[in-house]
Amino acid sequence: MSESSILQRASLGAWLEAMGRAGQRVLAPVREADRVVFATPSAPDQIATGFVQTPASAKAVVFPPYDEMLRFRANGEDVHVEEPSIAAEPTVLFGVRPCDAASFATLRAVFTWDSPDAWFEARMASLTVISVSCTQCDEYCFCTSVGGGPGSTQGSDILLTPLDDRRWLAEVLTEKGQAAAALAPQLFAPANGEAANKEKVLAHVPVRFEAKEFAQWLPSLFDRTDVWKEQSLRCLGCGACAFVCPTCSCFDIQDERVRDQGTRLRCWDSCGFRLFTLHASGHNPRHVQSERWRQRVMHKFSYQPERLGVTGCVGCGRCSRACPVDMNLGEHVRMLSEMSV
Amino acid sequence: MELLRDKAKSLLTGGAVQVVIGYAAGSATDRFRPHFARSADDADRLIFGEGCRQNLAVYLLKPEVRAMGKAAVVGGPTTLRTLLQYAVENQIADGLVVALALEDGRVEELTSFAAVEEYLAQRPHGLSDGDRAELEQHAARSQKDRWAYWSAELARCIRCYACRAACPLCYCEQCITENNQPQWVPVASDAFGNLEWNVVRAMHLAGRCVNCGSCAAACPENIRIDLLNQVLAQEAMTQFGAEAGYSVRKEYALSVFKPDDKETFIR
Amino acid sequence: MAEFEPKIIAFVCNWCTYAGADLTGTSRIHYAPNVRVVRLPCTGRIDFMLILQAFGQGADGVIVSGCHPGDCHYTAGNFHARRRWMLFRRLLDFVGIDVRRVTFSWVSAAEGAKWAELVNSVVADVRTLGPYEEFPQRLGGPGQKPLEVA
Repeated sequence: MSESSILQRASLGAWLEAMGRAGQRVLAPVREADRVVFATPSAPDQIATGFVQTPASAKAVVFPPYDEMLRFRANGEDVHVEEPSIAAEPTVLFGVRPCDAASFATLRAVFTWDSPDAWFEARMASLTVISVSCTQCDEYCFCTSVGGGPGSTQGSDILLTPLDDRRWLAEVLTEKGQAAAALAPQLFAPANGEAANKEKVLAHVPVRFEAKEFAQWLPSLFDRTDVWKEQSLRCLGCGACAFVCPTCSCFDIQDERVRDQGTRLRCWDSCGFRLFTLHASGHNPRHVQSERWRQRVMHKFSYQPERLGVTGCVGCGRCSRACPVDMNLGEHVRMLSEMSV
Repeated sequence: MELLRDKAKSLLTGGAVQVVIGYAAGSATDRFRPHFARSADDADRLIFGEGCRQNLAVYLLKPEVRAMGKAAVVGGPTTLRTLLQYAVENQIADGLVVALALEDGRVEELTSFAAVEEYLAQRPHGLSDGDRAELEQHAARSQKDRWAYWSAELARCIRCYACRAACPLCYCEQCITENNQPQWVPVASDAFGNLEWNVVRAMHLAGRCVNCGSCAAACPENIRIDLLNQVLAQEAMTQFGAEAGYSVRKEYALSVFKPDDKETFIR
Repeated sequence: MAEFEPKIIAFVCNWCTYAGADLTGTSRIHYAPNVRVVRLPCTGRIDFMLILQAFGQGADGVIVSGCHPGDCHYTAGNFHARRRWMLFRRLLDFVGIDVRRVTFSWVSAAEGAKWAELVNSVVADVRTLGPYEEFPQRLGGPGQKPLEVA
């Protein structure tokens, strides 16, 4: 259902306004002090440009750092439970990269795996993803190694590619995309064969390894303790990588209680933490960092592809940029894949 | 750099240490990564530059590194201060760690706590002028502005605990946040929980922090949590003459007291 | 409109201030009823997090009080507390928390009048400052915001 048209970059303001009038909240990369974060731009020129990737992913839009699941209050023997109503705000996520758009498929696979997650589904249903292709990349990007690419349409409702500094090629890919474009149809002009120019402007992201082959090879490395130990020696076991990652979805459930009232909430968790697999008995099946690192790699590149049919990593490189000790997942995975030669 | 590599090689080949913990080139030109040199070849990768911000002493307490044997650790004054603070806290024994102190391209090998003390005694103590000025700037704002800044900054904390993991003095095997009987620090990253976590960390480091800045360098949200540590380090110095990591004889400021400690606010 | 009545939580040591507060009562001295007293064995046991928790659960002001230096029932608990308070108060002030809402004091078992005077003074001060609305409230606690739409 892909239709291409041309959108003048100067028209962005009008389009965003139309979205606002239609009741859509717009989230886009915006510069705040020394950071680029996802926020509602007050004007189109507030949308950040000239950067490779935001430090944190946009997953908070569908999977926030914490969610209150229910509140409870005890009154003697009676317990009153209050659940939040789930009605996600219609949102347009504008200006994410193709890797970010692809990450929603992984989150969906996890959150709808057996019992569908009502919060996730509501937010996903209300979300329109308008991505922008990458014309630049850095040494941390490896989308092309995991089935993605700087101009990949996977997961986007509309993909914009900057053909030059005045015009975007707009590929409208889904019904949601059509609905978004239809808010201001006058802004879209016929593409007239310009779609052929898309490849020319895309960044060149070198392929470092081939994910499908790697997924086959990886399980045989499970017992190579020496390799996992060596790779993870400098890992400090923090949660920075998991928390900035667009596909990491592990969460903890906690009851925050004060005397007779409280809230049950879920919040982000990381497999890198020592506590992650600590049992109530005191036994910890992953009691050393090398085993936690091994798990991280295998979960993303073997378990998720095998069990859920999705990649566990979209190659956005955020983990590597955020890591205090430069663990560089892409580099480690490339080294592991080269061991098979 | 050659000096450092030669020094490392001689320590390794001579058997004085089994590992030299230093830095190697990272993923990008401005990036460095901790490097564990265990052979002369490994030692050739050792480099040092301004981007080397992670305090390497943090690895000295890791079981994987302890298992390697005697270690040498590369760093500047804050790394050296960490060694002495570890000594005060009985975390490492004298003579089991070699410090390779780097300054202006020179490398000095310090093989005992006494040597580290002497080295540090000859150099300026505490915060740099720039850091001091920055701290004063923050402190000089109105209370309203301070709260506006800190409540906004701390709300952005995602509780990844990169600060804790990067900090060499945060070595508790079970952190206060990991207690749930009772749950002192809420697990989720709400505004209250974030405030409490960052205040707890600053307080638990008060009088122990060596101002290496690894916490702020590690923070993926670029929050200046090091300022919290700095203000308490300054206060501990002003009030108690406490300064972490300059002497093995200096006790932890909060486990001792003077009957005539002076304050101005107790009614 | 009803006048704002501040909620004050007082963390006090068992041997001095708690006994002193008891004396206030037995002496039939009337004082502001806004304080809820939490009794601990010693100020040395008072974790600074208790102060944060009090504010995070809706307190507008906090009192922390114990034996005078030199009179601690456990010899040195209050000396340790004093050092802790000096650092903690500096940190609170630095992040912009209103330290006028936190009062530290030494009130002995004989100082029933002082306790009353202290409480009245703190309540009056906090009443002027108003409810501590800026302070973030603990999730699950009494001060939390209404449950939002997910």
